[in-house]
Amino acid sequence: MRATVLVRPKQGILDPQGAAVVTALDHLGFGVTDARVGKVIDLEVDASDADTARAQVEKMCEQLLANPLMESYEVRILG
Amino acid sequence: MASPQPRIGVVTYPGSQDDRDALWALAASDAEAVPVWHEEKELPDLDAVIVPGGFSYGDYLRCGAIARFSPATQAIVEFANAGGLVLGICNGFQILCEAGLLPGVLLRNAELRFICKDVPLVVERDDTPFTSRCTKRDRLVIPVKHGEGRYMPPPDLDPAQVVLRYATECNGSVDDIAGVCNAAGNVLGLMPHPEHAVDPLLGSADGALLFASLVEAARARALASA
Repeated sequence: MRATVLVRPKQGILDPQGAAVVTALDHLGFGVTDARVGKVIDLEVDASDADTARAQVEKMCEQLLANPLMESYEVRILG
Repeated sequence: MASPQPRIGVVTYPGSQDDRDALWALAASDAEAVPVWHEEKELPDLDAVIVPGGFSYGDYLRCGAIARFSPATQAIVEFANAGGLVLGICNGFQILCEAGLLPGVLLRNAELRFICKDVPLVVERDDTPFTSRCTKRDRLVIPVKHGEGRYMPPPDLDPAQVVLRYATECNGSVDDIAGVCNAAGNVLGLMPHPEHAVDPLLGSADGALLFASLVEAARARALASA
């Protein structure tokens, strides 16, 4: 099963990378008022169905892929 | 009879940088410095352990996130849970937070700059095994060198766990926190590098106070278990 994990800085946490991106976009003439920089993790999961894959990937997020103090995560199962 | 030298380990992970300076600082502080390789599943007989600075495992994913799972880190968690003295410096602080031995997390510096300079610190507690040679409100000058040192405590952090603060704003850390200990007080993490400040020739010898405190506490434990 292919799965994608989106890891984002939690709401309310200062994201200086995002702030730098807003400044750079502003220099290019784009009107952007906010940007948050996270990461994408694409996985090939050894699971027979989507529910099993989702449960496994959520465990991976809790144990390693995200730090719940500073990051939120979203799991997408692509089949 | 001369008092025995306590045995204090320093872990080396792939990407550790400050392990040698930590070993050197321990030897200069009258301890027996014991190198520990990251693949060791069991620690040698030690009276304390230092988790040093650097970029363990390339800081991939998050600082300290991979090092947390190395065999030596697992052994350190057991050592700390049994009451052993553990000092985490810079990347070592990040690793101890990821491993759950210390509260909170270290984020990218607020101003997106790698900060490398001597900074003044204020000692908030002089009753820990790591600061017993200091006096509360002392100011220490110790260098920092990090890109991800902005400390964010959990909402329920006990303020009594704050051991060191930056005397002036440094990297955007909440409440200028530079070092915290666990509730039991046997684990300390700090972003500044005391191992780089143990000789006046290096600009400051204030870090030697932290090493002397640790060595004294480790020696007391070695004598108690002898």
